[in-house]
Amino acid sequence: MTATTTVEDVVDQPLGVYTRPTGGNGWRDWITTVDHKKIGILYGVAALFFFVVGGIEALLIRLQLATPNGTVLGADMYNQVFTMHGVTMIFLAAMPLSAAFANYLIPLQIGARDVAFPRLNALSFWAFLAGGIVLNLSWVMGGAPDGGWFGYAPNTGIVFSPSPGMDFYALGLQITGVASLMSSINLTVTVLNMRAPGMTLFRMPVFTWMMLVTQLLLVFAMPVIAVALFLLTFSRLFGARFFDPSVGGDALLWQHLFWIFGHPEVYILILPSFGIISEVIPTFSRKPIFGYPFMVFSGIAIGFMGWGVWAHHMFVSGIGPISVAAFSLSTMFIAVPTGVKILNWMATMWGGRIKFSAPMLFAVGVVSMFTIGGLSGVTHAISPADTQQTDTYYIVAHFHYVIFGGIVFGLFAGLYFWWPKVFGHMLSDGVGKVNFWVMLVGFNLTFGPMHVLGLQGMSRRIDSYSPGFGFELWNMVSTIGSFLIALSIAIFVVNVIMSAMKARGQAPCGPDPWDARSLEWLTPNPTPVHNFDEVPVVESLDEFWHRKYGTDDDGRVVRVASAEEVCEDGSAVGVHLPPPSFWPIVFASGLPFIALGLIFNLWLTVPGGLLVVMAIYAWIFEPVDDPDAAHGDHDDHEGDEAAADTIEEAPVV
Amino acid sequence: MSDTATSDHATTTGMTHNKLAMWVFLGSECLLFGALISTYLVYRGRFASGPAPGDIFDIPFTSVSSFVLLMSSLTMVLALSAIKRGDLRNNRLWLLTTALLGSLFIGGQVYEFTTFFREGLGYTTSPFSSAFFTLTGFHGVHVSLGIIMLMSMFISSLRGSLRKEHSETVEIIGLYWHFVDIVWIFIFTVIYLVPSPTS
Ligand code: HEM
Ligand SMILES: [Cu+2]
Repeated sequence: MTATTTVEDVVDQPLGVYTRPTGGNGWRDWITTVDHKKIGILYGVAALFFFVVGGIEALLIRLQLATPNGTVLGADMYNQVFTMHGVTMIFLAAMPLSAAFANYLIPLQIGARDVAFPRLNALSFWAFLAGGIVLNLSWVMGGAPDGGWFGYAPNTGIVFSPSPGMDFYALGLQITGVASLMSSINLTVTVLNMRAPGMTLFRMPVFTWMMLVTQLLLVFAMPVIAVALFLLTFSRLFGARFFDPSVGGDALLWQHLFWIFGHPEVYILILPSFGIISEVIPTFSRKPIFGYPFMVFSGIAIGFMGWGVWAHHMFVSGIGPISVAAFSLSTMFIAVPTGVKILNWMATMWGGRIKFSAPMLFAVGVVSMFTIGGLSGVTHAISPADTQQTDTYYIVAHFHYVIFGGIVFGLFAGLYFWWPKVFGHMLSDGVGKVNFWVMLVGFNLTFGPMHVLGLQGMSRRIDSYSPGFGFELWNMVSTIGSFLIALSIAIFVVNVIMSAMKARGQAPCGPDPWDARSLEWLTPNPTPVHNFDEVPVVESLDEFWHRKYGTDDDGRVVRVASAEEVCEDGSAVGVHLPPPSFWPIVFASGLPFIALGLIFNLWLTVPGGLLVVMAIYAWIFEPVDDPDAAHGDHDDHEGDEAAADTIEEAPVV
Repeated sequence: MSDTATSDHATTTGMTHNKLAMWVFLGSECLLFGALISTYLVYRGRFASGPAPGDIFDIPFTSVSSFVLLMSSLTMVLALSAIKRGDLRNNRLWLLTTALLGSLFIGGQVYEFTTFFREGLGYTTSPFSSAFFTLTGFHGVHVSLGIIMLMSMFISSLRGSLRKEHSETVEIIGLYWHFVDIVWIFIFTVIYLVPSPTS
């Protein structure tokens, strides 16, 4: 490698005025980082914060509904709280927590040193955070969104929802949507383009596969909700007539656009969790995953079929008998690949020497609880039955069994499983088991009774009910259950704090605490900043496991190497990494101003727009390389010729 | 070069990150325009008491401006082939021509919008008018962003920093430009060529 420039040349560069921040460990390092691992942690922290916010909103809902004629929240406040609960949990908790896992693990599982576009990755995180802040600012700036997470127009038009809440909804989600889109393009390119030698597509761990399908779903689903949100924004702010029935505006247009996004979205939510437990279950069953190709292809099938079922959310909207019949059928079919997965997980466990550590408990929780939700989903697919179920608590029961039972349990499995990878110490397994059981009981107490309430005819989205319909008992049970869930989250937080305190001053937990199978465990715990000392050469699926185990003369599986022998020690020096950058956070900080400006005073969009434009230009002309430390940040700089090439190969220090 | 974090010298697919990302992004854009075009199709007959599409469109005029936009794809190809040959002068010439043709198209759109407005078709007149202006407006914004990128490349070239080795940048922005053109072919067909309802 030859040096073609010196530090002096860089300073001489007219464009070198945009110096890049150098690494460190304080708060500045976190806000300028482009390291996929740190960004993953940032996503995780923000998502867990919003998870608690959304959880408090859920408890308020349950308090209001605990008894008939509840008075905890008024009708208007109830609408705001249940809307923000759904929006927060889906867009600000579940999706970003999945993004945390995707960011941290994808590069490690494919043997890469970072994602394809590190700065864009940072921008994705900060833009997501900006969107989350915009959404929640609504609480103190005229009222939160009150039209449900599905935002049905014309109900969410200015006539029926005159507070600025739905503007915050439309613009806040627009921002988080752009963030998701950028991140999905980034991760798609990463998986397709940055695999280590030998890492063919069919040697990728199932987690990476499911994440790839998720990213592709995002790539194609995000623009659809973007259009829906634009139409709503233009209608509310500029008087466009898209949703005005008095001049021929269509009441179903929004529903179609929203659910064409919305159904793929539910798979965007669930597939990461499927990926997580597909890593956890084989590890703790001490067997390879059963039917790897079926796992992968059923994931891909879900990705395709997810586009053909959206109108099952509209069975009673008047879409006509032929559409209803067609979507009824397609919805029944989509349960097939999902069932394939469930059978494969069970077959993986079958005959395995199962170890029920906390991650495994949560994973088994997914397999069982998600199945209940999938089955109630099939009952909605039968449209005559759904005519009775729709808009009742039966639907609420369904989607909480798939979302809480399927996604939250899966994400917790992932947290317990990869915690040592990220932080270098384990979470207490004993406390984790308590965490699981309390959560499992609380979850079933909360959402199980909703099946009954729904079949008894209790409507969803309504702020109170009268006594005498037989709703009292099960609502009270459900509220009690919700506080048990809150307790289980508190147990998790205690576990995090106690484990961190116990680990302080002690050596890291050592490599491979779970006897795991995939490539990320090849690096030491916690992962060093450069990931791999040496880019691994991959020879099989479950590469890491195959480096530890072989077969003896009789064909029996025997251990051939200890984890210490196989794992790297993280001692590589002089590895070139993309340098940090200020501009992602500067770019993202302009976005809330633009949103607030559109809602309140157009002048505010000027500073917002200036911040964004300045960040874009600075970004492009930023020296792509920190001459002192790095090389090869050939990331996201189209049109960035000036700086790119002269500093092509900086001297290595 | 295995020690680089994000080296695009050797990618798994052989395509650079930037180009692959542009392809994925354009895939996403298909759905954006797909949703906007669908909205227009739903609303083309719903003009309330305002002007109907069939009454107001000036098809010869729009055909000419569409032709201008299509020609800009040709000049974009010429710009790329010039820089690939290392012919920077012609590269600049064709980049500028492409940007000018794009601007001409945008000028035509501004003229069309103002004419329609004078004839009583405002943004808030009817679902048809809102859908029309939103769809063509989004396309116009895409063309305008393309023009900004073309001019940025033109200026880089004047400053000597867009050279033969950077032909891929021209190629990637060219991909975007051709995509925006192809989308216009769809929009032009759907809005103007398919016979529109009259009042
Ligand atoms: C076996 C697969 C599934 C089937 C057959 C299915 C079917 C359905 C149907 C027909 C509805 C509409 C019911 C109505 O509103 O009347 C529905 C609602 C819903 N489903 Fe599923 N579903 C499945 C899996 C999932 C998954 C995996 C998720 C999320 C991860 C999910 C989340 C939802 C949500 C959030 C709603 C309610 C949306 C709303 O109205 O707010 N479903 N499901
Ligand atoms: Cu659905």
